[in-house]
Amino acid sequence: MKTNDKFKFENRKYIISGAVVVVVLLFIIRLFILQVLDNDYKIWADNNAFLRKTIYPSRGIIYDRTGRLLVYNQPAYDVMVVMREVQPFDTLEFCSTVGITKEVFDRRIVEIKDRRLNPGYSSYVPQLFMNQLSAQEYGMLQEKLYKFPGFYIQNRTLRDYEYPNAGNILGDVGEVNKKDIEKDPYYVQGDYSGRSGVERSYEHVLRGEKGIEILLRDAHGRIKGKYEEGIHDVPPVSGKSLKLSIDMELQAYGEKLMQGKLGSIVMIEPSTGEVLCLVTAPSYDPRLLVGRQRGANHIMLEKNPLNPLLDRSIMGFYPPGSTFKPSQGLIFLQEGSTTIHTHYSCAMGYTFRGGKPACHAHGSPLTLVPALATSCNSYFCWGLHDMLDDRKLYPTVQEAFESWKNHIVSMGYGYRLGIDLPGESRGFIPNSKFYDKYHPTRWNSSTIISIAIGQGEVTATPLQIANLAATIANRGYFYTPHMVREIEDTPLDSIYTTRRYTTVDRPHYEVVAEGMRQAVVTGTCRRAAIPGIEVCGKTGTAENPHGKDHSAFIGFAPYQNPKVAVAVYVENGGWGANYGVPIGRLMMEKYLEVEQSIESRYIEEQMIHSSTILPYAQQ
Amino acid sequence: MRNSKKSLWQTVDWITILFFILLVAAGWFSICGASYDFDNAGLFDPSGRPGSQLIWIGSSVVLIFIIMMLDDKFYNVFAYLIYGFFILLLIATIIGAVANLPFVPDIKGSRSWLVLGPIRLQPAEFAKFATALALAKFMNGYGFKLTPRNFFIALLLILVPMLCILLQKETGSALVYLAFFFVLYREGMSGYILLAGICAIVYFVTGIKYSEDVVGITPLGELLVMVMTLIISAALVGAVAKDKRNMWILLGIVALGYLAAYIVSLYIPLNFVWVSYGLIAVLGVYLLVLSLKKWVWSYAVIALFSVLSVGFLYSVDYVFDNILEPHQQVRIKVSLGLEDDPSGAGYNVNQSKIAIGSGGLTGKGFLNGTQTKLKYVPEQDTDFIFCTVGEEQGFIGASAALILFGLFILRLIWLAERQNSTFGRVYGYSVASIFFFHLLINIGMVLGITPVIGIPLPFFSYGGSSLWGFTILLFIFLRLDASRKVKH
Repeated sequence: MKTNDKFKFENRKYIISGAVVVVVLLFIIRLFILQVLDNDYKIWADNNAFLRKTIYPSRGIIYDRTGRLLVYNQPAYDVMVVMREVQPFDTLEFCSTVGITKEVFDRRIVEIKDRRLNPGYSSYVPQLFMNQLSAQEYGMLQEKLYKFPGFYIQNRTLRDYEYPNAGNILGDVGEVNKKDIEKDPYYVQGDYSGRSGVERSYEHVLRGEKGIEILLRDAHGRIKGKYEEGIHDVPPVSGKSLKLSIDMELQAYGEKLMQGKLGSIVMIEPSTGEVLCLVTAPSYDPRLLVGRQRGANHIMLEKNPLNPLLDRSIMGFYPPGSTFKPSQGLIFLQEGSTTIHTHYSCAMGYTFRGGKPACHAHGSPLTLVPALATSCNSYFCWGLHDMLDDRKLYPTVQEAFESWKNHIVSMGYGYRLGIDLPGESRGFIPNSKFYDKYHPTRWNSSTIISIAIGQGEVTATPLQIANLAATIANRGYFYTPHMVREIEDTPLDSIYTTRRYTTVDRPHYEVVAEGMRQAVVTGTCRRAAIPGIEVCGKTGTAENPHGKDHSAFIGFAPYQNPKVAVAVYVENGGWGANYGVPIGRLMMEKYLEVEQSIESRYIEEQMIHSSTILPYAQQ
Repeated sequence: MRNSKKSLWQTVDWITILFFILLVAAGWFSICGASYDFDNAGLFDPSGRPGSQLIWIGSSVVLIFIIMMLDDKFYNVFAYLIYGFFILLLIATIIGAVANLPFVPDIKGSRSWLVLGPIRLQPAEFAKFATALALAKFMNGYGFKLTPRNFFIALLLILVPMLCILLQKETGSALVYLAFFFVLYREGMSGYILLAGICAIVYFVTGIKYSEDVVGITPLGELLVMVMTLIISAALVGAVAKDKRNMWILLGIVALGYLAAYIVSLYIPLNFVWVSYGLIAVLGVYLLVLSLKKWVWSYAVIALFSVLSVGFLYSVDYVFDNILEPHQQVRIKVSLGLEDDPSGAGYNVNQSKIAIGSGGLTGKGFLNGTQTKLKYVPEQDTDFIFCTVGEEQGFIGASAALILFGLFILRLIWLAERQNSTFGRVYGYSVASIFFFHLLINIGMVLGITPVIGIPLPFFSYGGSSLWGFTILLFIFLRLDASRKVKH
């Protein structure tokens, strides 16, 4: 009986065994799908476990040409909070220490916990409570931190500036925007990058390379150490330091001289194209655009009617006025339409057009050298007339004008010079088509005569004006002006080390240089004379639709082997000799380290304490 | 004493012992991976889990010696006594829990542990082998047949401890007792009961899974269950009768009925469930007539089955909504893919799948699993221990472990079949079925197939009670098997 039963149901062992086999097979198939066919799980597991922490490199340091420290990094302190570790504490004391109100505190806590505003929220992980605490606030908080469990301080770096000057050159650093992130995948939300000035144009050099640290994160978001002892980590590479071409003392001096005025001073070392100073007035203290006050200060600067954020030296374009005349003399000599012996008459004005433009009292007729020295308007009008309207020279006025334009463009006008700063403007040099459009019937030199004296359609930036001085100083070539002299371990871009020759030959430059020398010795810029140094110069008094004439000056020194070229442009400063010449003289004295005479000190005082800003402009 | 020590060690089944050693060793390494501590990486530190698991393994070896030393008749003779003892212990635990006595503390929301000084035991783990012994003893009677009366008693033997454990809110451990139905099936229980049980589970799952889907005006869940009922009934008719004609007639009626309903539904909205009622009624009447005409009970039983199926379907909703606790409802729904809540109830399963899935073909290597090492999977050294195997050993390691388990269970079935006594066979099948059930539910849960029911994976999951429980369960059988040959 027992045996029968045993055999009666024995076949059922196959069903039970079969069930075991089927289940194991099903599980193995399932495992195969999960582990081998589906790759998503691997990614999910990595996202779970690995916290890729960015290590920010320190930004490159900026020095001036003499090695003075200009821009460096200051530690900033962010207050972090780990919600889980927060215990009851004296909220009011905390708020007063970091300088916020109870309402701000409560609102911030709510924001942190709101997963819509703060998607990465975890109560185990430090969350940003407040950013960029100052060193003082940090000190106060640090002392009391033991009273506020759950609050921590995280270091971050901000820019700091040794001098309150050169805001326009150095620029500022701010958080990247959406466009930056789209353009360069290097950036992520919350990164900082240079927003203006050298900080922006040398961003790739200054920023360095972010490092990465792969940390293991447990289910609660707690960090459990480095992944595989950190062998996959990438250390950050610090940004390279820059040595600027500017001399900070010179720059500061220029800013001081320009206080109370609108305009610009540009100085260039002719032999290298290095910009020695790039003063814009009004200027601002770069320290305003750092830290928590950055946003508010930026708005304040934007709203200032004098527009200190506009770098007038490279963004402002002005009629160059008489500072343009040396370039005209060069073109006429090169074209051969005028020679060094050609005399043009002047009767208190350009007689060909009934005394317009007017001129002032000086000997007549005269050649190029005295014409430059006395800044004779008629001379250059005649010169332009002879070049454009001589049909033996050029069959049409258009062709003659194109030739004029090509010469002037070769001297750096009409296009961006290519300085290593963002936002450079190109000024304006018309071409023949421009005049064809505005004077459809016909036109000749008389129609456009004001360009001969740097008025009319012609505009230029102070940098372009200074570059003309540098070109004459070099007798026919220039280097693209640039702000950066050296980049740590990196050669300078070849565009800054290559001579750019103009279309005018060297002998003509010698003539013009002599004219500019005479202007200082006997002519309009006698106030620019520095004892013991052969200074060359040219004044400019630019008529403009904004009221009083702009006062301008270009110059270089010494006459032979020039060390410095300068351009000064003071809006509404009147005669070139009023502001342009004295400021130019003081700047050259400063750079050439000439001991100041009593006269020079007097001029300095005068310049520092004078103002040319028209009342309406300040509204 | 008939058998000497020497002959005992010669006759014991070393192959099973080898499986046991492999499983325990693999389990220990998995625990090392799962409980890896960044701050304290010592594997043999007794305060850590790998260290204390080693102590449990060591004490299990002592238990094995004791079990092997005892006479094989001991288990037969004392079966009921042991069963009674553990039932009392279970009852004591319940009383202790109700009376809030200190030796039944609240551990993870369940009061199923007895704490006596330094020893912490879960009687439910030991009641399994006691029940297996009692069942074996009961069926071992001379000329035993699984009559309705005997079936009822056997059921009682199974249900009493199951109920006690349910009262302790250890649903998972209680469900393990369903494994004994495999044993009863082997010993002659009608296949219909097993089929009904499986059907019940399938209907339940289908009914719940599609309970909210509606096609046209037809509730999809109900329709699917009805269609399955009709097809299974027709198939059963084909199975009991040599003449398959009736089966084809019934299948034809069903197919034509639905086809007609489909055509009608193109013009007027039609609830296919009503069509199904009609078809089940037709089927029932047809079978009843057949049954009465030919005087074959089976047809009536099949008719009853189809009607009961419909009844079951409608009681499922009631049971689900009113009897199951909310967290159980959620667990079932999540495992059926009805609720997607990766941070809530689905968190475990989701993280478990990520852990296993990220292991790839060859795994991340011992102690290199990030999911497990960083504690993303809750209960990863107990119920979810298989994640560690999957993550660190990959598809190759995990399938090897599954195959090892499968072979181990097949070996146990084979051993059970070679027993001379019903006692040995029933006990052997109990052991195999319990391991099988644990494997089914535990791995199914970890792989996201079955609902999250917290039962350990034998020999892998961390814990003394479960390791001791499984060791005793297995080695009593090996002791019985070892005596088989030397007996005359």
